Amino acid sequence: MNKEFIEIRWHGRGGQGAITAAKIVAGAAFAEGYAGVVMAPTFGTERRGAPVMTSLKISRTKIYDLSPIETPDIVVVLDHLLLKEADVTHGLKPGGIIVLNTPMAFESYHFKNFKLATADITAISVEAGLPHGMVNTGIIGSLEKATKLLGIDILIKGIEEEFRTRKPEKNSLAAKIAYERTVAGG
Amino acid sequence: MHIIEDGNAAAALGVKLCRANVIAAYPITPQTPLTEKLSEYVESGEMKAEYIPVESEHSAMAVCIAASSAGARAFTATSANGLLYMHEQVQWAAGARLPIVMCVVNRAVGAPWNVWNDQQDSISQRDTGWIQMYCADHQQIIDSVIKAFWLAEKVSIPIMVCYDGFLLSHTFMPFDLPDQEKVDAFLPPFRPAYALNPDEPASLNTVTLPDVRIDVHGELAHGYMEIRYLLQEELRASLAVAAEADKRFTEIFGRGGDPYIEPYRCDDADHIAVGLGSLTYQLRVSVDALRKEGIKVGVMGIRFYRPFPDEAIANALKGKKGVIVFEKALSYGYEGALASDLKSALYEHLAGTGRLPLVQNFIAGIGGREIRTDDLTQTLRAATQSRIAKEPTWIGLKL
Repeated sequence: MNKEFIEIRWHGRGGQGAITAAKIVAGAAFAEGYAGVVMAPTFGTERRGAPVMTSLKISRTKIYDLSPIETPDIVVVLDHLLLKEADVTHGLKPGGIIVLNTPMAFESYHFKNFKLATADITAISVEAGLPHGMVNTGIIGSLEKATKLLGIDILIKGIEEEFRTRKPEKNSLAAKIAYERTVAGG
Repeated sequence: MHIIEDGNAAAALGVKLCRANVIAAYPITPQTPLTEKLSEYVESGEMKAEYIPVESEHSAMAVCIAASSAGARAFTATSANGLLYMHEQVQWAAGARLPIVMCVVNRAVGAPWNVWNDQQDSISQRDTGWIQMYCADHQQIIDSVIKAFWLAEKVSIPIMVCYDGFLLSHTFMPFDLPDQEKVDAFLPPFRPAYALNPDEPASLNTVTLPDVRIDVHGELAHGYMEIRYLLQEELRASLAVAAEADKRFTEIFGRGGDPYIEPYRCDDADHIAVGLGSLTYQLRVSVDALRKEGIKVGVMGIRFYRPFPDEAIANALKGKKGVIVFEKALSYGYEGALASDLKSALYEHLAGTGRLPLVQNFIAGIGGREIRTDDLTQTLRAATQSRIAKEPTWIGLKL
């Protein structure tokens, strides 16, 4: 993966917090020296439970192009059931990475030409003390394990800052456990 | 200090730093998060201001007119049909010479109903006597809001700070949050020459006759025509004051530059793309791609649209082979308003010199239609090679 310019597309459901997760990664990337970070939700018709997308572009230099991502390096999927509702690998670069929250075994998926990373973030988050269904911090641990993008420490710091008034330790613990347990293919 | 926030937050933070006294607004997508933020600042006490929730945009501007007449620093924001509903009061604010600042979060106008971005809303207010500034990123949004209050109060003319709905309003990117002390140094408290006062009741802007007259003090008072002439003259003169604002801002904050235009790779270019707002930054990517092919092209963003900086623009474009105007709005029945304005400026300053460029006009992104960078690059490449057949040409049309 070219680490000068990285495009990450997030697939979640309205209310799942994909935007907050992408914002935490954006903040960590900026703190790590990426001068250009642009995070753009898809606009207009969001509602709770419906499939939503968010684009995150990370670049060493300022980003002038705000148009949506067409060929992501990474896709993050917060709910495995979205695989049946949305074409999450659309445009994904050959060799691109899929980070998937799923209760199913890693071996049960077969993506040609892409690298898969899975973890049961829903269960991990409950284990970390979060309410059922809060998966947007845990998934950041899986993303880091699968991509080695920014280092887990700066992401943990970003999570605790974002959630400083809302269970910061439990949220960062979810990311730490997810980082340990994520199964990533070569 | 750099923070990562969306464009509406950048605008709200700018208004807070400017210590606006009165905010009156009615929510409309995509402006809503901006006014929500301001109401939160007021509610929490972070901002000492009167937040007046009103029942319509027309009333929002009416409240701002009253507040500004009483000497308060007033702010509002709107989009699309909200701005159109406000239109009568928008004209009034300019005629009354009140330094109100308003963010217009650009959105397509109905019908048919559409919440997404284009610039038909603010372009349709071009001739109201307001100053109009356009922003290409979040730094420009927050900096423009701060400059706008200073400039508006200096020239007694209201200002629209326009930025693209969703593309900027809902997109997160890093920007520098100016220090409060520096903003206070840049922007002194609002001290109008005249303010309404309960101790001395007065009627403002009542029926003003076609001709001049002797007023109650025995002095010759302006007629309607003189008052409107002065609005035009002082709008034109505000171009120089805008340059002064930019100079002061640069001294205090260490960033600034040309207040009117933002050229990119234009110096040795044969062809120059021109536009307003975030599209001009996207065009930089196309310019870079075409430069690699050896095509000498640049892009110029217009930051100040009214008063129109015709001389600065004509100087930047003289001797170029082509000017390629991209617009997210048009004067229905003719062409893009910016294209007409550019042709007028070029004719005024360059006719007979043999240095008049060819002007071509493209319409893009109407009602939020996605503008693909590859499509922009192709259009720009083609426009540098030969004249387009039909003007204006719509990009991305699926007919």
